Amino acid sequence: MKKSFLFFVLTFSFLCTKLIAQSPDQVKINLPAGFTSEVIAKNLDRARHIVVNGNGDIYLKLARVRKGGGIVRLRDKNGDGKIDDTTRFGNYGGTGIAIKDGYLYATSNTEVYRYKLNGNEPDTAHPEIIVKDLVAGRQHETKSITLDNSGNIYVTIGAPSNACQLQDRVTGAPGQDPCPLLEKTGGIWQFKADKKDQSYADGIRYATGIRNAVGVDWNNATNTLFAMQHGRDGLQDYHFYPDSLSVELPAEEMLEVTKAGDNFGWPYCFYNQVINKKVLNPEYGGDAKTVGRCSDAKSPVMSFPGHMAPNGLLFYTGSQFPEKYRNGAFIAFHGSWNRAPLEQKGFLVAFVPFKNGKPSGDWEIFANGFAGKEHITTPGQAIFRPCGLAQGPNGSLYVTDDAKGYAWKISYNGK
Amino acid sequence: MRVFVFVLVLVASVSNAQTKKIVTKPATKVAATSSAGGLKASITRGQSVYTKYCLTCHQVDGSGVPNMNPPLIKTKWTLGSKTILIQQVLKGSSGKVEIDGDTFSNTMPPLKTLTDQQIADVLTYVRNSFGNKASAVGIGEVKAVRAKTK
Repeated sequence: MKKSFLFFVLTFSFLCTKLIAQSPDQVKINLPAGFTSEVIAKNLDRARHIVVNGNGDIYLKLARVRKGGGIVRLRDKNGDGKIDDTTRFGNYGGTGIAIKDGYLYATSNTEVYRYKLNGNEPDTAHPEIIVKDLVAGRQHETKSITLDNSGNIYVTIGAPSNACQLQDRVTGAPGQDPCPLLEKTGGIWQFKADKKDQSYADGIRYATGIRNAVGVDWNNATNTLFAMQHGRDGLQDYHFYPDSLSVELPAEEMLEVTKAGDNFGWPYCFYNQVINKKVLNPEYGGDAKTVGRCSDAKSPVMSFPGHMAPNGLLFYTGSQFPEKYRNGAFIAFHGSWNRAPLEQKGFLVAFVPFKNGKPSGDWEIFANGFAGKEHITTPGQAIFRPCGLAQGPNGSLYVTDDAKGYAWKISYNGK
Repeated sequence: MRVFVFVLVLVASVSNAQTKKIVTKPATKVAATSSAGGLKASITRGQSVYTKYCLTCHQVDGSGVPNMNPPLIKTKWTLGSKTILIQQVLKGSSGKVEIDGDTFSNTMPPLKTLTDQQIADVLTYVRNSFGNKASAVGIGEVKAVRAKTK
């Protein structure tokens, strides 16, 4: 009797931890051996991208203004390794944030701002508008940024559409041809990093045919721009494959822009990772196999399962992590919704090893467990959704979450 | 078959271009229970309509997708005016929806090609699932709103 009661209690508590949603602080981030994670911020609201200054100050861009600021700075004033100073500034929500050559850059959904760093103090009273009047539609409206070593800033401008159909998101609606959205969206634009008040006329459409890229980074090893493409939704409604396979399509893509004007094919094409080809979208007469005009569209350097939503990209240049991570790419996957009613995927940080500027192996899961449950069917069930990545001055990796506004520092302590 | 769908969509888009003012007076004359087979049968049929046309965006538990597709759980839209709800299905959505301080901005395609019965059933299902408890939507109500939405 006693035994069975004990059994009941144990089973019940086991089921509780397995089935009942955990509280945010109970969530354990799973990492490879030798790595540890530490929560460095909580409940900041929607923390999107992140950057760490050379002195260790951490800047997070919030999707919306909270407590008087759309940018949060976290500082460890007394050097004990704990954040003891939080300040906020910037009266706009947004996603992008970066530091280059003594300036902090941040984006709203229509502008790019920058703040001079006097020593390590941003001149928050005098933001300069570097780029303005960018298109922000009702979807894919956020702007991400990265900078090269030649004085340029790259701004992603997502297309406010799924596949440029005459009627957005209507299954069977034909695609517009040519797609008028490509003129001002659906690509990555290059602007001067130090020139005020630029807009489309001052910039270059550096890459096109990109539906929406949120994760973007300049790779200093190759001196090229890399971007993570969010593939189109709703392909499964065309039933080219059984549902369990259709839901994997199209691939989420890692794109390398090697020259100005590179075209990755949206909205006419998608990357079918089953046959490893860019093929025509059904809105443009495609059947998931026909290549047609997509022979001119550039393929990704690495593909990932559909709808996982890569929102952060970082090439790791530190020396704290083991050798295999150097010059490789970390990718923060926000997690899917377009896989319903099947299980949702993503909610993790992936790693792609690189050698001589090319992926040298398949992608792998680096950090997992952010959802708080192993299997989830809706994104709302996920406790955390990874979004931004940054590297600290001592080589630690930082990850943000835009569901609750948490941030983690991941360090390597192994031998 | 696909051509037929294309034509339907085109017809829907053309007639949808001339949208009219939101009808505020619900068709109260028609009993809500006029759906074939009563409430339970309507909910069952509605679930299959939901699974086919709504689930990907609004999710299996009606929780929606943060920032994109609004939840259907105990919101003023789901439990409120049936006329607005029917219009939402017929016309789709192209404006930002705000619920409890959160905004949802994805495009909802018009589902005008669904029959009156299907719309009545799916809305009855939504209003009686995910923790919701609200009156059924009848075919006559859908018919009346559709007539004024042309």
